[in-house]
Amino acid sequence: MTVLRLENVSRWYGNVVAVNGVSMEIGPGVTGLLGPNGAGKSTLIHMMGGFIPPSSGTITLDGEPIWRNPAIYRRLGLVPERETAYDFLTGRQFVLAMAKLFRLPDPEAATDRALALVEMEPAQHRVIGKYSKGMKQRIKMASALVHDPPVLLLDEPFNGMDPRQRLHLMDLIRRMAAEGRTILFSSHILEEVERIAEHIEVVVAGRHAASGDFRAIRRLMSDRPHQFLVRSSDDRTLAAAIIADGSARGVELTGKGVRVEATDFRRFTWLLPRLAKQHGVRLWEVSPADESLESVFEYLVAR
Amino acid sequence: MNVTIALITLRSMLSRRRALLLFLLPAVLLSLAAALNITDNTEPGTAAGVLQQFALATLLPLLALIAGTGVIGPEIDDGQIMYILTKPIGRHVVVLTKLVVAIALVVAFAVVPTLVAGLLLRGTATGLAQGFTVGVLAAGVAYTAVFVALAVASRSAVTIGLLYALVWESLLAQFAPGARSVSIQQWGLSIADAITSSSAVEATVRTPVAVLLLAAVTVAGTALAVMRLRTLSVASAE
Repeated sequence: MTVLRLENVSRWYGNVVAVNGVSMEIGPGVTGLLGPNGAGKSTLIHMMGGFIPPSSGTITLDGEPIWRNPAIYRRLGLVPERETAYDFLTGRQFVLAMAKLFRLPDPEAATDRALALVEMEPAQHRVIGKYSKGMKQRIKMASALVHDPPVLLLDEPFNGMDPRQRLHLMDLIRRMAAEGRTILFSSHILEEVERIAEHIEVVVAGRHAASGDFRAIRRLMSDRPHQFLVRSSDDRTLAAAIIADGSARGVELTGKGVRVEATDFRRFTWLLPRLAKQHGVRLWEVSPADESLESVFEYLVAR
Repeated sequence: MNVTIALITLRSMLSRRRALLLFLLPAVLLSLAAALNITDNTEPGTAAGVLQQFALATLLPLLALIAGTGVIGPEIDDGQIMYILTKPIGRHVVVLTKLVVAIALVVAFAVVPTLVAGLLLRGTATGLAQGFTVGVLAAGVAYTAVFVALAVASRSAVTIGLLYALVWESLLAQFAPGARSVSIQQWGLSIADAITSSSAVEATVRTPVAVLLLAAVTVAGTALAVMRLRTLSVASAE
């Protein structure tokens, strides 16, 4: 069993703290590293991949340090976010070169296997510079898988992919995990993480904000107070009815409609149409007022 | 030395637009030598002037700069170096391989053209061609080691390298004789001077000192590059 362990890891650049006292343990299966842009996800992945040292704390793979330990790469595959690969090589030449750099006993066979895994055989003889974003992502993936590592780190792997490529990659990641690998990928999109990660680590503003399976994180996220703006044929009656029910913490009549702060998201969304019907009020518009992911994350951090 | 890294590096060097410069500079030297040869302007003073001013003082530093920074700088800048650094390969192997490729390019595009130009100008008389060939080779190795180290250590390696080669070695050395002894170019010239019997070549640094300094700079540059690559932080995307 392969375990990546972070103990009280911090990283700062001058006065700027990018990662602040993060401890986590990543074991077999798919772990999603979730957080808004600029939260420190890339910094964390770069530290786990041995590209930058932690300013304090330790990162180990099965007890071995990662920083300044090139031998660790026999057991670690890394797919960086940046799109650049060696654009002048063909996909096959690139993966084969990586296989040779790992000094695999049969680099040609390993290349065949890796290309088949990401279904890139048809395009293997084309130059990487001419690939689509999704194809580049897959060839990078093949290069990271060519030595069959037990641990795979992916930095924002779904960025710039179309829905079909996204599904394909999700499927691939699931298959990799089913083979017993430890996979960590970063994303700022909850839906992506939720679809493939069994375990989620949430990072916000450099801090470890939450950890658990996606249901727990989802609950944390939907249990927070939600703000809605409701426009209706009779705002005043509706506001009184919502207040009387008790599933909202605050109701405010504004020029644009009723602003509601619901404490119980599920009950409120179930209740609103019933209340409206009961009091003969027509709903024109119900819109969430603070649904940006950033506000969700802010709420998690504040807890 | 790692053959796979060497081949990738060589391909990237020759497929970039910069590669044109690699061909252009020696072409100028060879055309100049050929033109002088045809017009019979091959007296020792002219030949030594061309080899010293153009081959050693201009062509060599520029080529070593293009080759030395080119083998690793762009790769660090756009993050491709990640693919090599995430392999179970010692960083000293990476640096030595890059250095060997850069030196091979310098030999092909500066040392060999210098030899050919020298032969066109003076034949093998007074050992002028041979002297400059060895001098350019020795200085080329040192320049390349310095520029590889610069490329690992700084993102403005090309600018710093140009300032050193053009401002320090060419301009300053003319006016401040002291600066002349801290100049790879002068050390190379000293070696050329030791080999040729021509009186048209006059070096200011004694040959044993020059050899020692060239070796020291080469070793120091290589060691610095290895050290810096070992702790290279690839800039975060955020």
